Amino acid sequence: MNSIQTHIKPEYKDTKGISIQNKCKEQLQIETGEIKTSKLYTVDYEITDDNLIKFAENCLKNKITDEVLINKVYENIKYNSLIAVAQLPGVTDDIGVSAQMALADFLNREIDINVQHIFTQDIFYIENKLSENELMLIAKSFLGNPLINHIQVITKENKKLNFTPYVPKVEMQVDETVELINLDISDDELIKLSENKILALSLEEMKAIRNYFKDEKVIAERKKVGLSEKLTDIELEVFAQTWSEHCKHKEFNAEIIYEDKETGEKKIINSLFKTYIKGSTDIIQKHLKNNDNHWLIKVFDDNAGTVRATKNKLFVWKVETHNSPSALDPYGGAITGILGVNRDIMGTGIGGAELLFNTNVLCFGPPNYDKKLLKGQLHPRRIMEGVVNGIEDGGNKSGIPTVNGSVVFDDRFAGKPLVFCGTGGIMPDNYLGRNAWEKPIDINDRIIMAGGRVGKDGIHGATFSSTEINEKSPQSAVQIGSPITQKKLSDFMIVAAKKGLIKSSTDNGAGGLSSSVGELAEITNGAVVNLEKVPLKYSGLKPWEIFVSESQERMTIVVEPQNIDVFFELAENMELEVTDIGYFTNSGYLDIRFKGKIIHYIDLDFLHNGVPQKKMQAELKSLQLSEPENIKIEDYEDVLLKLLSSQNISSRENIIRKYDHEVKGKSIIKPLMGEKGTSPQDAGVMRLAHDSFEVIAVSNGIMPKFGDIDAYEMSAGAFDEAVRQIIAVGGTLPNTKKNDDTFWTVNDNFSVPDSLYHPENNPDGKEKLAKLVQMCEALYDMSTFYDIPMTSGKDSMKNDFKAEGVKISVPPTIVYSMVSKIKDIRNTITSDFKAEGDLIYQIGKTYDELGASEFYKLYGELGANVPKVRKEEAKDTYLKMMQANEQNLIASAHDISDGGMLIALAECIIGTKFGAKVMTNNLGNLSINAKLFAESHSRFIVSIKPKNKEKFENIFKEKAQYLGKVTNKNKLEIFENEVVIIESDLANMENAWNVEL
Amino acid sequence: MIKSLILTGFGINCETEMGAAYKNAGAEVTIIHFNEILNGTYNLHDFDILNFPGGFSFGDDIASGKVMSNKVKYKKMQSGKTFIEEIDKFIKDGKYILGICNGFQILVQLGLLPNLKNDYEPEVALVANNSNKYEDRWVYCKVNSKVKTPFLKNIDLLPVPVRHGEGKLVIKDDTTRKQILDNNLIALQYSDKQGNITDEYPKNPNGAEFSIAGLTDPTGQILGLMPHPEAFLSFYNHPNWAKLKQEGKEIKRENTGQAIFDNIIKHIER
Repeated sequence: MNSIQTHIKPEYKDTKGISIQNKCKEQLQIETGEIKTSKLYTVDYEITDDNLIKFAENCLKNKITDEVLINKVYENIKYNSLIAVAQLPGVTDDIGVSAQMALADFLNREIDINVQHIFTQDIFYIENKLSENELMLIAKSFLGNPLINHIQVITKENKKLNFTPYVPKVEMQVDETVELINLDISDDELIKLSENKILALSLEEMKAIRNYFKDEKVIAERKKVGLSEKLTDIELEVFAQTWSEHCKHKEFNAEIIYEDKETGEKKIINSLFKTYIKGSTDIIQKHLKNNDNHWLIKVFDDNAGTVRATKNKLFVWKVETHNSPSALDPYGGAITGILGVNRDIMGTGIGGAELLFNTNVLCFGPPNYDKKLLKGQLHPRRIMEGVVNGIEDGGNKSGIPTVNGSVVFDDRFAGKPLVFCGTGGIMPDNYLGRNAWEKPIDINDRIIMAGGRVGKDGIHGATFSSTEINEKSPQSAVQIGSPITQKKLSDFMIVAAKKGLIKSSTDNGAGGLSSSVGELAEITNGAVVNLEKVPLKYSGLKPWEIFVSESQERMTIVVEPQNIDVFFELAENMELEVTDIGYFTNSGYLDIRFKGKIIHYIDLDFLHNGVPQKKMQAELKSLQLSEPENIKIEDYEDVLLKLLSSQNISSRENIIRKYDHEVKGKSIIKPLMGEKGTSPQDAGVMRLAHDSFEVIAVSNGIMPKFGDIDAYEMSAGAFDEAVRQIIAVGGTLPNTKKNDDTFWTVNDNFSVPDSLYHPENNPDGKEKLAKLVQMCEALYDMSTFYDIPMTSGKDSMKNDFKAEGVKISVPPTIVYSMVSKIKDIRNTITSDFKAEGDLIYQIGKTYDELGASEFYKLYGELGANVPKVRKEEAKDTYLKMMQANEQNLIASAHDISDGGMLIALAECIIGTKFGAKVMTNNLGNLSINAKLFAESHSRFIVSIKPKNKEKFENIFKEKAQYLGKVTNKNKLEIFENEVVIIESDLANMENAWNVEL
Repeated sequence: MIKSLILTGFGINCETEMGAAYKNAGAEVTIIHFNEILNGTYNLHDFDILNFPGGFSFGDDIASGKVMSNKVKYKKMQSGKTFIEEIDKFIKDGKYILGICNGFQILVQLGLLPNLKNDYEPEVALVANNSNKYEDRWVYCKVNSKVKTPFLKNIDLLPVPVRHGEGKLVIKDDTTRKQILDNNLIALQYSDKQGNITDEYPKNPNGAEFSIAGLTDPTGQILGLMPHPEAFLSFYNHPNWAKLKQEGKEIKRENTGQAIFDNIIKHIER
């Protein structure tokens, strides 16, 4: 083995080293002195010395700024400590792979990139002599994660840094055995089996499987194919995957006995999903059809919802949670979250949609969290930085703009963060005459696995604990995404689908091949897979591991036999690995073979429909809450500045700028706009094509804080927030006229704490479940009222972090992610004020609703008066906004949200060269605190040109409450009964708002 | 019709908007996977302009543009030649090359820019921004009035987005510095809104020497730049469009990024 080390010449700035040095000082209070970064490549490949030197000099070294060392490691007496970070065995080493491709090109030789020959390691030379503990703290905080990285820390001894490179070669015995499992055991043993194998199957579910294997017909059928009445390890694992909460949504499909403790009213809900989510969309579909609106194409039964965007294009939209993986490995969790939801879009219908944009909503513990960390708990700042970097690379490296997002902080997210990742895509409505949204498969169609190879990554998802990771075995707790591999896959699918070479497709996510093939097999009612054909990253995987592995960047593609040759040729030209692993049948069985022998033979109907329905209990209890004593404010400017710099209101600029929100050149309303490019906006707006004025608006509604008072109003409020953001940028409500192509498409994403009652482990489970029911009721009421349909979504049910006898549960949270079409780019509106003298109005009514407001939070109060959504009133407001915008009367519009009217006003000035002079007299008979800080829903701050006053007021009547004028004074002046209560300079407000997160 | 060839694949991701820019300018656009050049499906010499769009070829692994440039330099094509040999002929034939962002990084790694000695050896490098992070922000670029590339004709000041983590241009040595200046190879420099060149962050987003945002070669046929003119094809891409529209000051086509593409097509047509 040879090594090549590159490092930056001393005359050039080592910016990465400087950045780490600063972080150590600021966040860890460790003085490191100078840090020098360096990269070490271990080359495990036959190569002549001459070629090795040439390769290093030409292909690895930056000829201007770098020095290179061959078969030597860098030494310099200046440095007294060292940290070296490599991947653990089996973890994707993208840089190593790229270096290997460079070597192949350089030598003009075929080198199988699937056998790793080049391994990389980052080495950090540190000037000061630090203890091993300090070095490990630095390494774990900024440089690596022991779950996926091999970390060496070395302190100088005897004037020497004893460093030897580490090579993470996977060394494993080939083990192709298939274990037989006896289920004829006691209940206790069944439970133990489920726990030991990390199957997460309940006793009832284990019993259902046992009964299936006792069925005489089943035994007879198994005999015919050479299987005994015992089940195989792969069969048990496939049951665990297919019946997992993740795949079967057992709690959303449970029978719930719901009791309102106050009224004594009892009801039985047969599946939250069917009753409220699908239930609402079914009704909306009827409403739409009755009105000759036909844009709702496909909902719920595919990887993503599909609506018609234009005459010949479909819009495909999906948002998912990736909470648990992000808690373990923030970077890996977030990047696989983004890339995973990308694949949902790529594998909807026939497949091959072009990815148009990403969006994300992130919930973290506060970055300045100062409570003691529990075992296994990562600091919220660490989680935030890792997640943000994951979203950055996931989007930027795939060339997908991140156009919209939101970050929410709360102590209760310090155990488990919530990471919601979304992607929208555009697909032709047909490929060579075939409806693109359909998923046809016929018997004998081939099953092709495309993209990355299979390793042990993500077997059993995130349930594997780190203690079970053996140093020489590939780690399996988390997966690392490779955006470049996936970009190749996505480029290929777009081309192949257009050529008619793809008949159907789906992605390999949770459960890997077992769920992708298992689900597609339902279409023809059978499939045969030959597992030995599946290409592996390294040998040593057992057959069941191959089938359930969650290795990333893979799609399962259905190809008709006559197209196989052309399909394979195209893949070869685009350097994408594709493998024929089986075919579809109508046998009724999922028939999995290894080297010719059947090792899995389960009735598909039982596999998909045999899971017993879960039963759960919910109890609604009313809270005894009250409003605080009137809070007396001495200095309102002080409150304004405190709110502007508070965690849930302050600027997200340093996160936003890390995301490419311009790539594709279609972004119209970006997160920050205006004169200085720093004015915060509401919904993101993107054009559908370069040659058309049609655009879409993207918004996210989330407000978990209101759930502390009322979960129904929290859910309704989040829905309203997403709607009003789209109205603010110039959107229009759906189904207000016939033959209208203004589509709306919504993803609902629930992330709630464990809501299954258990007397010891979860004593308040019933109340938690009641909150979930209320959230669903609000979803139903709001969506059917507006005819805004859910088209896809996800539920994440166990968002608790447990360690050292402490449980940190997230507040019940729902995110509504909405996309709607706006016919003309020229009708869109931004939030910043546009001209001196423009008139400012508040649209919509403020109520005495300070409950759970940011204002109360400043004083440590919760209050009782939660903002309520008054949907009839709200709809009337939105229709008037639409009317005013149609007449081009609106110069700026901004929705009123966290912090209330005062903060919304400040946000309309931030990033401009204006100010505002505003009086609060017209806002009704309310306390000044309520006028300024209440977070009542369905309101906007709007500015108009003075000449439009009459027309504007005629539309809105009493709904438009005149506030004042835009000034050129660079300050915000607020008058209460002609007395100035705030006079704040724009510079002060901007300083307060621009907190570095 | 002028034929514009746009290379993609391996993580390049700005090919669509670049295609739209050339299409708007009236060119015939061909977007192909780089392997379709290597395997002989397409012949470079059938085209008038060769384009390396932005993106993350090979994930910026090793160094941005490095692995892709390596392919261009060493990988033997179907014909037995390397692509750099074809590019050499392409330039000698008087044809044009444009590289944006990752494309600029590739051109620099290839030694095509600034190429003072005509030997395709790197003389400058694009390295990590002083901020040590990727940033998306709009900047102003001042066009060097003495630069002789047709791409920038009649353009004085261009608002344009930058989106990169490795865009700081550093120059090999003083001799190279002097020659770049003497030959007017600086094409674009980061400036303030009035066009005054500045090295103040974030107006100069990365800390580049002489605030260089783009370079050309001594022939003027090759242009490379870090900012993305192809992301500013429409007035509605500009971050302040809504206010400008209220003021009746819509930005005209010749003042958007489209102008660069219009220029080169007009120049070749002539």
